[in-house]
Amino acid sequence: MNAQATAPLAADLTFDLADQPLRDLNAALHKAGVETNARRWHVLNPNGRHAVAVGINAPLEIEIAGHVGYYCAGMNQQARVTIQGNAGVGVAENMMGGFVHVKGDASQAAGATAHGGMLLIDGNAGARCGISMKGVDIIVKGSIGHMSAFMGQAGSLIVFGDAGDALGDSLYEAKLFVRGAVKSLGADCIEKDMRDEHKALLAEKLAAAGLAGTVDVSEFKRYGSARRLYNFHIDNVDAY
Amino acid sequence: MCGIVGIFLKDPALEPQLGQMLSSMLCVMTDRGPDSAGFAVYGTGRPDHVKLSLRAAPGYDFEDLARGVSVTAGGVPGLSVRATHAVIEIPAASETAVRAALAAHHPEVAVVGSGARMEIFKEVGLPSEVAQRFDLSKMSGTHGIGHTRMATESAVTTAGAHPFSTGADQCLVHNGSLSNHNDLRRNLTREGLTFATQNDSEVAAGYLTWRMRQGASLGEALKAGLEDLDGFYTFVVGTESGFGVLRDPIACKPAVMAETDQYVAFGSEYRALVDLPGIAKAKVFEPEPATVYFWDRAA
Repeated sequence: MNAQATAPLAADLTFDLADQPLRDLNAALHKAGVETNARRWHVLNPNGRHAVAVGINAPLEIEIAGHVGYYCAGMNQQARVTIQGNAGVGVAENMMGGFVHVKGDASQAAGATAHGGMLLIDGNAGARCGISMKGVDIIVKGSIGHMSAFMGQAGSLIVFGDAGDALGDSLYEAKLFVRGAVKSLGADCIEKDMRDEHKALLAEKLAAAGLAGTVDVSEFKRYGSARRLYNFHIDNVDAY
Repeated sequence: MCGIVGIFLKDPALEPQLGQMLSSMLCVMTDRGPDSAGFAVYGTGRPDHVKLSLRAAPGYDFEDLARGVSVTAGGVPGLSVRATHAVIEIPAASETAVRAALAAHHPEVAVVGSGARMEIFKEVGLPSEVAQRFDLSKMSGTHGIGHTRMATESAVTTAGAHPFSTGADQCLVHNGSLSNHNDLRRNLTREGLTFATQNDSEVAAGYLTWRMRQGASLGEALKAGLEDLDGFYTFVVGTESGFGVLRDPIACKPAVMAETDQYVAFGSEYRALVDLPGIAKAKVFEPEPATVYFWDRAA
């Protein structure tokens, strides 16, 4: 998998949303099975429509030529979806697998609750990036907004730029790596040592995104859960 | 949920198309707000004159009203009637007297806004119907803001429709809901402000008016709002020379902006902007929370 190789491929199928209904696109994508010969889909004129290319469960390559609205590539499994523009709220929300690449910026709640796969955002991501993430790997080449990785349970969030307020609030076990400044940490999120195993993990994720060697992994700081909110604390018994 | 839009032209060549652009943006936002719609357009103005945007029941005889205030206004005012609304243009020096005359003799007429260039129109109904009723697509101007409402905090009435005027040539549209508007309304009423509705957004407009009356600039008033307004909001505010945008600190309500050499545009969603000229090459971005954005013709 190489995220850099994004020169437009010859499409097997072209869907122009200026003429064809969005429901038809998503229905056709859902019908495409693992055995389909039409692997490369080109989607034209998305014009900010919501729920473009959601719920794909086949190893397709989808290229979307323009900005999309809410929940693009949500629930994705297996497909590789490239958005040649900005994505609205909740891009790749609840993704299970595959690869989603936003060439521009993503709005809030990018990769929310996603279980697997990889979400790569070339620009910035808004607030609540990776909220309740459950195993997805998210790489943001720009900066992320406030309350990112809120209640993140598993997976990794890798940020080349800065993070907004309350990073990793109420975090479980998601791994956070930020190269730039963190405005503030959320409750129970702390900075942790960046050991060799973490550098290796970071390098592995970057390589999987086709970004090996583009940044120095030793420039990142690691953040994780202090694990103080996991269990009921006996000192709080007086509250009852 | 509501839809809000705004457009500010940098290129005067686009001014004749302002209404067309705003109308298209407003109609796309119908599924965010089908209950009522409204807009403010900043068109031409005459020196030392002020425009009053008036609203009355359907079929109201605005010509008769204009003749009625001619003595107070020192001549028959300029009159432009659009469905339930009319704009009268009067010498600025006579504004206080004309407003008093309207209040005394024409309680059936509401003054929805005033200013050298601002005209406000709003009505219950689908945005496309409202835009058509007022012939928005034929209006020209330098900038304008609009709103499509899905009512939450108060009734679906024309009085509850946006934009709300915040002072001369100033108005506001709001997506969100305020939780401390009753408290604020009581406090502002004590400060001498009057409110026509139970609407939370009208309180936000009144709050900005009050702040500016105390000497704050619009930017300062918006910044102070971050402390005093509790709730969810994205505001777009129009002034004589420009427009501003403010989102609450947690960015609860959506906002997308696009900027080219020709214009700056705001939409609750990118969909609202897709018909604008040159949008494919525009810089499209999301305004940061708790940050005042302002575009001004003087700048």
